[in-house]
Amino acid sequence: MPAYDNVKIARKISRPTALDYIDHIFEDFVELHGDRGFRDDKAVIGGIASINGIPVTVIGIQKGKTMEENIERNFGQPHPEGYRKALRLMEQAEKFHRPIINLINTSGAYPGLGAEERGQGEAIAKNLMVMANLRTPTISVIIGEGGSGGALALAVTDRVWMLENSVYAVLSPEGFASILWKDAKRAKEAADLMKITAEDLLDMGVIEKVIKEVDGGCQNDFGFTANLMKAKLESELEILMAKDIDTLLKERYNRFRSFGEFKE
Amino acid sequence: MKLIDNIKGGLDKISVETLKERAEAIKNALPKVSEKKEEKPETKEEIPEDCIKCPSCNNIIEKKSLGSLKICPNCAKLFRMNAKDRIKAIADEGSFKEMDINMEAANPLNFPDYSAKIKGLQEKTGLKDAVKTGTCTIGGYRCVIGVMDSGFMMGSMGSVVGEKLTRVFEYGTEHKLPVIIFTCSGGARMQEGIVSLMQMAKVSAAVAKHSEAGQLYVTVLTDPTTGGVTASFAMLGDIILAEPKTLIGFAGRRVIEQTIKQKLPDEFQTSEFLLEHGFVDAIVEREKLPDTLKTILKLHNCKKEVE
Repeated sequence: MPAYDNVKIARKISRPTALDYIDHIFEDFVELHGDRGFRDDKAVIGGIASINGIPVTVIGIQKGKTMEENIERNFGQPHPEGYRKALRLMEQAEKFHRPIINLINTSGAYPGLGAEERGQGEAIAKNLMVMANLRTPTISVIIGEGGSGGALALAVTDRVWMLENSVYAVLSPEGFASILWKDAKRAKEAADLMKITAEDLLDMGVIEKVIKEVDGGCQNDFGFTANLMKAKLESELEILMAKDIDTLLKERYNRFRSFGEFKE
Repeated sequence: MKLIDNIKGGLDKISVETLKERAEAIKNALPKVSEKKEEKPETKEEIPEDCIKCPSCNNIIEKKSLGSLKICPNCAKLFRMNAKDRIKAIADEGSFKEMDINMEAANPLNFPDYSAKIKGLQEKTGLKDAVKTGTCTIGGYRCVIGVMDSGFMMGSMGSVVGEKLTRVFEYGTEHKLPVIIFTCSGGARMQEGIVSLMQMAKVSAAVAKHSEAGQLYVTVLTDPTTGGVTASFAMLGDIILAEPKTLIGFAGRRVIEQTIKQKLPDEFQTSEFLLEHGFVDAIVEREKLPDTLKTILKLHNCKKEVE
């Protein structure tokens, strides 16, 4: 199937959102708001919850299911304060030795005037740096779109997984085609070249696991994918929590250290 | 129009302006049917080979009159410096020892024409890729330095830039040395796709280790510093300096203007704009950079040349 078909499925408005997974997989979810600096960014949700009896911090980038909700959620495009809220919750998780689970679904960090004024670049950068050293197990799952730095800002984790029809890329295929060929219409062609599907990224070692979806996408059988994710999270948490923290950090460093191809 | 009307009907708390903005954002998120090309008036001006037109004051000036610091003698506009000239201007004479001289790009996505493009640029620029790294002294103080070069694919970050900079921080951590990076980049290198994106995480993780080891990291933002470089190591310095009137930002101006349907002010995403909003420690004139860096190194008890 052409990679662009995955893009279309990943962007479907009917695609289950971060809150759907949180409701299905976790218990006792208490949502926590705000970055303690500027405001509460509704494109990012987060809080504490439990899975299999283990307290965890769970954070998601939240798209809306209706036009109204999408406006409120800014179409899942966070501002800097969204990333700062996520960072605040992740540092809190570290303090209380809670594992962190991030559910990612964004076309990218919001490109706007206020976002630049408040340091979109700095907010993302800070997350990358701090997450590399968080002394607690971390897992991220790309559940829809994994758009560039705006997705990576929650994905510097011990494990990075993708749902089968999710995509993860340096830029949208439209943006990519428009930069390289000055022609956004060549997005389909770009998608095939870019290696953005879960299958390709698993092959390249960018992610560790692909979570299955039924034909046509997980909106057709949400329980199937959510149950799979739950089971995988439970068993992976057990593995990660058994590790000595220094070992975990060394492995996390080496995970990202290994990316890159060059000659010398 | 219909879209806006629909939204209007359902909501009254949000202003119409916001709605319009969001509706435009949706429209822009969708694939474009047609891309309008910006029309650039082609001025057929005869410029002699040894001259250059200053984009700021429009004067035709002799290239050599820019001097080693590449500053317009008429209006003080800063021209972009290549890595070689920058190192010459910053490092104590003869102190620069280059690291990873022969590292060059592979082609992780087997992207068509990428290898040929790299080869062509290598021949044209004499560079292997978009960053030069090494050790040097500045005012006698030892440091590890990385200087990006916009002449090589607009300083974009692929595996080579990511790997060389990661090694800079690892070297600094191991040898307890400060790191100074001159940033200058259009962002991630598209032709390396997701591998480019991963470089942001890789370098940032190395910055974190260097920082945890208590070592100093200074970034000097030069024109242009954008995209994935801004969203990673450029913004992670203990001290962040910038040259005057430098373009610094995350998203591109055109993308933002298309998204919010507003013309952005001229000073948007300049070093002065970032200083005002609290994201840059200081703006330093080009000729004062060596002295400023020396003072910063001195105040951090950095090591002098001879141990």
